[in-house]
Amino acid sequence: MAGDLLKPDAGGLYCAAGDFWIDPLRPVPRAVITHAHADHARAGSGEYYAAEAGLPVLRQRVGQDNDLVSRRYGEHFELGDTRITLFPAGHILGSATVRIESEEGAWGVSGDFKRDPDPTCRPFEPFDCDVWLTECTFGLPVYRWPPTETVIGQVLDWWRECAGVGRPAVLFCYALGKAQRLLSELDRHERPGRIWLHGAMQALTRCYREQGIPMPDTHAVGEAGKGEDYGRDLVLAPPSAAGSPWMKRFRNHSTGFVSGWMRIRGNRRRRGYDRGFVLSDHADWPGLVDTAADMRSGRVITIHGDGTALAGYLQEQGLAAESWNLRETLSAS
Amino acid sequence: MQRFARLYDRLDGTTSTNARVAAMVDYFRDVPAEDGAWAVWCLTGRRLKRLVPSGMLRQWGAEAAGLPHWLLESSYQHVGDLAETLNLLVPEPERTTDAPPLHRLIERDVRPLARLAEDEKRERVLEAWGELRGTERFLYNKLLTGALRVGVSRRLVTRALAELAGIDSGLMAHRLMGDWQPTPGFFRQLLADEADADLDISRPYPFFLASPLESDPARLGPAEAWRAEWKWDGIRAQLIRRDGQTFLWSRGEERLDGRFPEFEREAESLPDGTVLDGEIMAWRDGPLPFAVLQRRIGRKKVGRKTLETAPTAFLAYDLLEMDGEDQRDAVLDERIRRLQTLFDAHPGQRIFRPESVDFEDWDDLPALRASARERGVEGVMLKAADSPYRVGRKRGDWWKWKVEPYTFDGVLLYAQPGHGRRSGLFTDYTFAVHQADALVPVAKAYSGLTQEEIEELDRWIRAHTTDRFGPVRAVEPLQVFELAFEGITRSPRHKSGIAMRFPRIHRWRRDLSVKDADSLDELERLLPDEAKSP
Ligand SMILES: [Zn+2]
Ligand SMILES: [Zn+2]
Repeated sequence: MAGDLLKPDAGGLYCAAGDFWIDPLRPVPRAVITHAHADHARAGSGEYYAAEAGLPVLRQRVGQDNDLVSRRYGEHFELGDTRITLFPAGHILGSATVRIESEEGAWGVSGDFKRDPDPTCRPFEPFDCDVWLTECTFGLPVYRWPPTETVIGQVLDWWRECAGVGRPAVLFCYALGKAQRLLSELDRHERPGRIWLHGAMQALTRCYREQGIPMPDTHAVGEAGKGEDYGRDLVLAPPSAAGSPWMKRFRNHSTGFVSGWMRIRGNRRRRGYDRGFVLSDHADWPGLVDTAADMRSGRVITIHGDGTALAGYLQEQGLAAESWNLRETLSAS
Repeated sequence: MQRFARLYDRLDGTTSTNARVAAMVDYFRDVPAEDGAWAVWCLTGRRLKRLVPSGMLRQWGAEAAGLPHWLLESSYQHVGDLAETLNLLVPEPERTTDAPPLHRLIERDVRPLARLAEDEKRERVLEAWGELRGTERFLYNKLLTGALRVGVSRRLVTRALAELAGIDSGLMAHRLMGDWQPTPGFFRQLLADEADADLDISRPYPFFLASPLESDPARLGPAEAWRAEWKWDGIRAQLIRRDGQTFLWSRGEERLDGRFPEFEREAESLPDGTVLDGEIMAWRDGPLPFAVLQRRIGRKKVGRKTLETAPTAFLAYDLLEMDGEDQRDAVLDERIRRLQTLFDAHPGQRIFRPESVDFEDWDDLPALRASARERGVEGVMLKAADSPYRVGRKRGDWWKWKVEPYTFDGVLLYAQPGHGRRSGLFTDYTFAVHQADALVPVAKAYSGLTQEEIEELDRWIRAHTTDRFGPVRAVEPLQVFELAFEGITRSPRHKSGIAMRFPRIHRWRRDLSVKDADSLDELERLLPDEAKSP
């Protein structure tokens, strides 16, 4: 569309007026990064602009040598002919949404976001914009999250049940964000045993601790002695560890997976987990719909995930809505 | 209902077989009999039929969820299970009253739906959605949409019940056969520890099923320990004569009596307390093609003309009960001897022992097997001379050695219109087999049915469509077909993990029900050795 402030191109989402990309898909001269997840923060670009609170984790991901420029939430800064402001996205520690102002109007861009409370990061802050580019990972009304307290209760019940029969409870979750959110939530509860971390979670969790986020003591599986008894314990591991030889040490274990995808029974059964816990760092369907309204924009563009249903629904609500598929743009060019 | 929902959560919350059996044992141990009976009924995959059309449920679901209809359809396509989709979309009530016990829910709230008019159905269903929550509401939806078979195979249910009753699982399988009603009395009898003297007289025995022989028969050991029979190309069935009545059961546990008057009439001369295992064949001085038998299947009343053009016979090859005594523990040779004695005393034209296959050593067999086609049989059966009559598909004693080496029974899942001459008719089919509690597609086939069958199946498909994806129709998983194929390989690109070469339809197995279809495990056994599980 002519006159659009942002356009999908080979590098991802490009802003010509400011000459920068948001969460570029490949190395570019100047990038604004919404958060440190691998599908948003890639190494190799020239300059990186990111929220200050996210800097420590971002360094873990893109390395020390890069030109990392940090900005506080709400602070304005100029890039080319645009004025940029970062707002908290409520997704993981230091995650941001981006507001870009120019003569053409104001655009809001989400990396990932959620509206549910999270003790490890600042809550999402809506702002006014003319066009809202929204993630759409869970873009169907079947995705509706139960209250966090309910889910944490389910995790604890399962852990206690396992501890009662001496089975290690191995809980799969993403290493950045979800693991720390779980730890922080568990910190508020009585727990039946110790908590162990997979190696991939060690450094990231240390980062969170250094930011003053309260979490219970954890132990590194890599430092455990041979013949360690995990019978009453909880083990956090990334989903990639499922079915790997690494799992053999947890004899007779039970497995769980924490993810929004666990809302659908078939998703869990196909992957063969004993339990699924519905806790996500993304907005659920009501979250996506409500946020589109909260941003008070007349036009909504979905950029992550399958946005057909959300765009169709918002159109019926009287909004101008469409879906952009950034990856398709990449492979086509 | 709460108890049953808790059982479901336990079954669903573990991938361990032992834990599932333990959950069922715990549940059945102190469940009231009236609920236990329905639980057995649900868990063994029986279903209440035609309660509410799926289209109505979808419409009410969209209304109750305040969503446009298309969004409910997209959600359903994504989730793949209508009961679950509805449960996820329809807002849950804030507060709930206690759900009724399982038997009352089914008998008072669910079963009567079949007889109600549309607006009454709607009122009842919306009321239930407004009262039930979580797993309970999901299970209620499952009852409405079809089989409530939840993560356990019939074999596992049998194992749990047998363990609880302290009886052999073969005996439990027997008690679960046939036409029982889910009554408290049935449930108590099921768990009774004494022999099943007062079981319903129509009850068949569980069938013993042969496994396909994939290797050289010489590997089975000395030939003199084995007996060979022709593998007949008909319908496997049990003929029961008790208390002056005749009952005829298909392997799919369907009652067939009354449909084959020519040999049922002859059965009247058999002594009471006789049960024969055998094959219903189209027969005139010898076997007629299966296609002839097809004209008799599904037909409850047979006219004179059909009786003349498609005559049938019952070929008895095993004896399961004699003088009211269970014969299954006797060895094959002994059972056959008694069977022969029976026929010596009661010779028949339409019920008889088929000729046996004589062979001295294994070298004689390939030639005999090669002659199968011209004899009108499918191949050769090999049975261990000293084997009892077992329950289900136990490998080791009975082997089928077919001319057509690879066949399986699959469930029709999808259909789409064909091209050219057949365009407009649904002629391209996708078939599935069991995997845990799901059906996984394994083969696409579009040949092998007669024009008459294609047209009949086409009508059936139109009447039983549950979903549409472009030109493709998803149908209720009810029809079973036997498919043949040339070979099988492992394929990570397919959801099932296997790929078949040249699958084609052998026949419409109207005598089988969905639970008799094969499982993925059985197909995986046919993989070349190096491709079996890593
Ligand atoms: Zn993210
Ligand atoms: Zn993302």
